[in-house]
Amino acid sequence: MSAAPDIAIQAEGLVKRFGETTALAGVDLEIPTGTVLGVLGPNGAGKTTAVRVLSTLLRPDAGHATVGGYDVIRQAHQVRQLIGLTGQYAAVDEKLTGTENLLLIGRLLGMERAEARQRAKELLGEFDLSDAASRAAETYSGGMRRRLDLAASLVGRPRMLYLDEPTTGLDPRARKELWSVIRGLVSGGVTVLLTTQYLEEADELADEIVVIDHGRIIASGTSSELKTMTGTQTLAVQPADAAHLATVTSVVAELTSTTPEIDGMFVTASVTDPAVLPAVVRRLDDAGVVVTELTLRSSSLDEVFLSLTGSPAGDSDDATRTERIPA
Amino acid sequence: MTASTTTTAPAARETSSLPEVDVSPRVSPIDGVRQSLTLAWRTVVQVRHNPWELGDFSIQPIMFVLLFTFMFGGAIAGDWQEYLTFMLPGMIVMNMLFVTLYVGQGLNTDLTKGVFDRLRSLPIARWAPLAGRILADQVKQVWSIFLVLGVGMILGFRLENGILGMLGAVGLLLTFALAFSWTSVVVGILAKDPERVQIYGMTILFPLTFVSNVFVPVETLPSWLEPIVDANPVSTIADAVRGLLLTGAETGPIIQTLIGAAVIVAIFAPLSVWAFKRKL
Repeated sequence: MSAAPDIAIQAEGLVKRFGETTALAGVDLEIPTGTVLGVLGPNGAGKTTAVRVLSTLLRPDAGHATVGGYDVIRQAHQVRQLIGLTGQYAAVDEKLTGTENLLLIGRLLGMERAEARQRAKELLGEFDLSDAASRAAETYSGGMRRRLDLAASLVGRPRMLYLDEPTTGLDPRARKELWSVIRGLVSGGVTVLLTTQYLEEADELADEIVVIDHGRIIASGTSSELKTMTGTQTLAVQPADAAHLATVTSVVAELTSTTPEIDGMFVTASVTDPAVLPAVVRRLDDAGVVVTELTLRSSSLDEVFLSLTGSPAGDSDDATRTERIPA
Repeated sequence: MTASTTTTAPAARETSSLPEVDVSPRVSPIDGVRQSLTLAWRTVVQVRHNPWELGDFSIQPIMFVLLFTFMFGGAIAGDWQEYLTFMLPGMIVMNMLFVTLYVGQGLNTDLTKGVFDRLRSLPIARWAPLAGRILADQVKQVWSIFLVLGVGMILGFRLENGILGMLGAVGLLLTFALAFSWTSVVVGILAKDPERVQIYGMTILFPLTFVSNVFVPVETLPSWLEPIVDANPVSTIADAVRGLLLTGAETGPIIQTLIGAAVIVAIFAPLSVWAFKRKL
């Protein structure tokens, strides 16, 4: 209730346990109106639980959250009037046609028949589903179902939109299409909470990213802030001749004072000082080593993620998760 | 790794083209009823798209009526016409119980596909999704009651107690079906997938309906089985329906049936609320 009007979604100290498992271990979030927050984390990190709490589907065990200034527990009905939810699964009725699915939601939201029909038509056009409007959703492709699902969450013109892994399981083309749809919504002023396992997706869409693991936020910031957070760049060298691999490795090791990683013909190492690059070039040149590739680049979000969580993104390691849950 | 939660949040975008939302504090019961009807419409539309679904639950009852009448009728009652008159009311009861499985199956499909979450995230009455589901399946009930009755009448079954008695029987059957649907709701919530709802249902409903007086007169049973069959609520409701369709309404079985319905609701409605809380 007391949230500033420019904060659309606010959460403080959200905790949710399922039996022995702690899905949320104290999560704070703040999403300014009209921006996109990307919640990034592997399977089982607590992303979906956070979305379910913020969309009134689940009561938190502790902490509180407001959406548009309304409390998600005490004023759940008000919150539901402001939000749209697109879950991990395309929650459409497969037996109904595209039009009927949207009509159903419109009618449930209290629209008159004609109004609901008009809105359905509008959305189906917007989401490039007009041709499939009178076909049962079970005949749709994965990408079409997701678009229909997203359309269904927009029937009531929500101010806040939760997108829980909206592109999981989609092919790259369908993913790009959905991204452009989401960008369109954001430009219309909708506040978006986006969860994803794909760093690229967060990078593409989110104004700000929080990285969540084991129910905790372990880092947050803009995509570039996160990339510089580890303070390092990656040096990669590929010798032309396999015989020079050892020389390259020792030169890189010496100049970076690290143990380089060797992947096939690639020698990579973390670098904090960019001046290492010319030094490496000089040393290799002196040693008569010809290289086919020599690059220095910012860490990708994948690498940031790896360094933050200790496990690659998208890895769902339930065993380690259970071990690390505080008793 | 420390939890850093406060960040330099980007400023709220000033240009919001969205209109103000008129937020209402609660749903009126009338809206709730309207929403339930909308959700029931969904199930009716499903049937319209896929009329085979009607076939799915029509073929078995028709087959059962024919099988029992012609295969067992002579052996059990000496004459298939007489057996048809004895068995058909119970067959309608049995079929009604099996049709309640659709409530659980539909609910389970909604839960596993995420449709239920979508519905719960909408500003509608909390009870509307469930009420809509149960209401819609009452349509299937009406269909299947008249189907079995119709097949029976083609074969020579007569409504000896008149149309009013028949309407009373239909009313009683629908009331009991409504109550019994709660058992299906519980199974639908707890089952992992829709197929399992069917398996659970069959495992419970087959013995429940066969260990009753639906197909055979109680007098022919071993003495230890008689009290069990008499205590089976399926026997009671079969007696009530027999009376209403044939020999005249009997207050005893009718009242017992209604009490049974109330008891089922009293047990399974809270149980389904508990199951929901566990699941979500």
